[in-house]
Amino acid sequence: MTSPLNHLPSAKEVGTYDPDTLASNFSDLHPPLTHRQAMIESQRCLYCFDAPCVEACPSEIDIPSFIRQISENNINGAAETILEANILGGSCARVCPTEILCERSCVRNHDAECQPVLIGLLQRHATDHMQFDGHPFKRAASTGRHVAVVGAGPAGLSCAHRLAMLGHQVTVFEAEQKPGGLNEYGIARYKMTDDFARKEVEFLLEIGGIDIQYGQRLGDNLELAALHQQYDSVFLGLGLGTSRALGLTGDEAPGLMPAVDYIKTLRQTDDLGSLAVAKRCIVIGAGNTAIDMATQMARLGASEVTLVYRRGVEAMSATDHEQEIAKANGVRMITWAQPDDILLDSQGRVAGMRFAKTREQAGQLTATGETFEIAADAIFKAIGQGFDSSSLKDPTASELAREGERIHVDDMFRTSLPNVYAGGDCVKPGQDLTVQAVQHGKLAAHAIHQALVAKQEAA
Amino acid sequence: MNTLNFTPPGKHDSGDSVVNGVDLSVNFAGIKAPNPFWLASAPPTDKAYNVVRAYEAGWGGVVWKTLGEEPPAVNVSSRYSAHYGKNREVIGFNNIELITDRSLEINLKEITQVKKDWPDRALIVSIMVPCKEEAWAYILPLVEATGADGIELNLGCPHGMPERGMGAAVGQNPDLIEKVTYWCKKHYSKPVIVKLTPNITDIRVGAQAALRGGADAVSLINTINSITSIDLDNMVAKPTVGHQSTHGGYCGSAVKPIAMNMVAEIARDPATPTLPISGIGGISTWRDAAEFIALGSGSVQVCTAAMLNGFRIVEEMKDGLSRWMAEKGYDSIEAFSRKAIPQTTDWKHLDINFKTIAKIDQDLCIECGRCYIACEDTSHQSIAKLTEQDGSRRYEVIEEECVGCNLCQITCPVENCITMVPQETGKPFLAWDNDPRNPFRVAS
Repeated sequence: MTSPLNHLPSAKEVGTYDPDTLASNFSDLHPPLTHRQAMIESQRCLYCFDAPCVEACPSEIDIPSFIRQISENNINGAAETILEANILGGSCARVCPTEILCERSCVRNHDAECQPVLIGLLQRHATDHMQFDGHPFKRAASTGRHVAVVGAGPAGLSCAHRLAMLGHQVTVFEAEQKPGGLNEYGIARYKMTDDFARKEVEFLLEIGGIDIQYGQRLGDNLELAALHQQYDSVFLGLGLGTSRALGLTGDEAPGLMPAVDYIKTLRQTDDLGSLAVAKRCIVIGAGNTAIDMATQMARLGASEVTLVYRRGVEAMSATDHEQEIAKANGVRMITWAQPDDILLDSQGRVAGMRFAKTREQAGQLTATGETFEIAADAIFKAIGQGFDSSSLKDPTASELAREGERIHVDDMFRTSLPNVYAGGDCVKPGQDLTVQAVQHGKLAAHAIHQALVAKQEAA
Repeated sequence: MNTLNFTPPGKHDSGDSVVNGVDLSVNFAGIKAPNPFWLASAPPTDKAYNVVRAYEAGWGGVVWKTLGEEPPAVNVSSRYSAHYGKNREVIGFNNIELITDRSLEINLKEITQVKKDWPDRALIVSIMVPCKEEAWAYILPLVEATGADGIELNLGCPHGMPERGMGAAVGQNPDLIEKVTYWCKKHYSKPVIVKLTPNITDIRVGAQAALRGGADAVSLINTINSITSIDLDNMVAKPTVGHQSTHGGYCGSAVKPIAMNMVAEIARDPATPTLPISGIGGISTWRDAAEFIALGSGSVQVCTAAMLNGFRIVEEMKDGLSRWMAEKGYDSIEAFSRKAIPQTTDWKHLDINFKTIAKIDQDLCIECGRCYIACEDTSHQSIAKLTEQDGSRRYEVIEEECVGCNLCQITCPVENCITMVPQETGKPFLAWDNDPRNPFRVAS
């Protein structure tokens, strides 16, 4: 996966390598609350009525109720409150940008206090410490219906779990060899540790009635036409499969690669020391993936990490909190500069990048004409993920109405094809957040259920 | 002593009755003390070591833990339990300890020495012996010989002692209260304070009996019968002794409202209008003390707050009380004692025409919705929940529906966000006694 970096040294060979330090660099970024801390924090919740935090939660978790349950030391009750709204509540507790969602709307932010209840960490406390005798949710009587779910990411898994709960049989088709999607492959390692993504999926599957088939990629060895024919309904949770290109010559040069590919390798490796490290590197982009990439490279031992963004800080999609993490790890941030040329050494490998300074003029981003260069052994592009159109190339799939490059759905998550639904990052509109994908999957499952039941009644 | 031989600037001498320019001294039923803060008869006053530490910390007086007949009482192991708030703060405290388990001789010796060393502090001896005159006639001269300033009759201990015909077994019987008080006055020349048990129906009956017996003062409340919690795994209450438990005596801030009512009942009882009262029950701060004094207490006794925090709390109590007194222009404890009594009355004398309604300060409101749901579900549906254009919430009082119950103000987490505003009704003062709607009204 990191073959474009094969010429670079490994983390073991860079700086003063110490496996323990390296391991601790990738341990929990935000350590979990202790029991005592959770009790104290839970007391801060005012148990608001019609709470603003619930309104701000894309998956509509009843936050005041679960926090009250924590305060009563009813951890299983708290976990169930969370999971019935969001079956991936454990990973959302870790990856949600709570600072722009629930915690931002906490009434404790008001003038006199200025400090929200730590909702994310409390949610993690509940889901980390729940201990159920068997799966907490039971399946309804079998409906005899069978639904295909494409993609075992947050949207697909959430949909599959809810469908199974409602009594349907589900087969999930997953392109990779492991379930979890971005939770497994795309989240900074220190945000989700100890193989949590895998454990969470194992827990989710305990409900039964869900079969996952791996190595099944739509547009490759899987056709929507066949699924459409064989199953009562299909849910597409395809995610965004391609990394956008810079559109410069040298896009294929050794030393240049998509940040998501590197992160995927970093998440899967058992030996952090074996990872290729660029002592000097550039990350292009302004989202959370760019931040994750830059921060992780710094933590692997790179001495000079520069994040470059073509617009100003205020336009960055990474939250302030994320930006602070990068800065705290020594990442240098340069704004108002866009890639102009990839600089190569005599062997055709990345040696740096030339940037054109930019400014905004009448709402348009334009180059000022000024340029500068940054020397680097590697360049990671994190300029966004695109929808992989090749996944919809079979005749049936190609009929799907699109919205931009993504799949068009209505408010019931129905695509333009009957009995085919879609959700998560592959549809528009969306915030491209895990918690959003979970909600899409859950709501789509209810829409599918409703349609199947209506059909049954009509028959 | 390795203490500094000068008083650090800003620190007052702990024995000085003048704090922040205000004289805190009291003369309670003839017992003088530099301040009204006394330690109640309890574990903290069990022996000279503790009492001396209390005086060093600045306490104005101490009621020595109850002396009894020989042989001394025997205590069990595991004695206290608590009723906790959400953050493990102790709201209420429960104990099953008995009176002193040390010999009478040692206690008397220590009392004599302590009084000699600390002549300016109040030292009162709590006593509980069987309900026979000879038992009192025996012990009282011994106590008198110590030089202590007075005695307090423990007629309220709710556990252990009643089974032996003492403590609450006496305090719950007005005739016995009167009789024992009478014996004490007969065999003891200094002030006699009768400590009352709250485990009765009407506290005034006990106070009246004490007065009839010749008591110089009453103190109240003693602890309330209680079980604080059950260990649900082992199905046994706390404190647990082996595999069993028993009810104890409840105290701490949770009992303060009960104690204050009982103090006020006695203070405004025409039968005991001038009977000095030493207030006891959950006093933890200077404000608690001021409230008890305003309701008629001439001194206050503290135990739980000291047991939870140590004797040092008296510093803030004296400091806070004296600053507040200076601010209000009260130059002595006497100056504001009983000040709240005239305004404490029976329900039937309240003005039925008075009207107050809630007002929400929109600038302070944090939009938690607590007032709304409390009023909507459990009161008078007098708060409207509105949504502003920007999606934020706005809660408004529906004035014509509001009965002025205070519930919204109580549930609001923001201080001063909801205020109760008295309304001009144009109607005269009208007590229920005289209200035409009252079928039993007193013709005016």
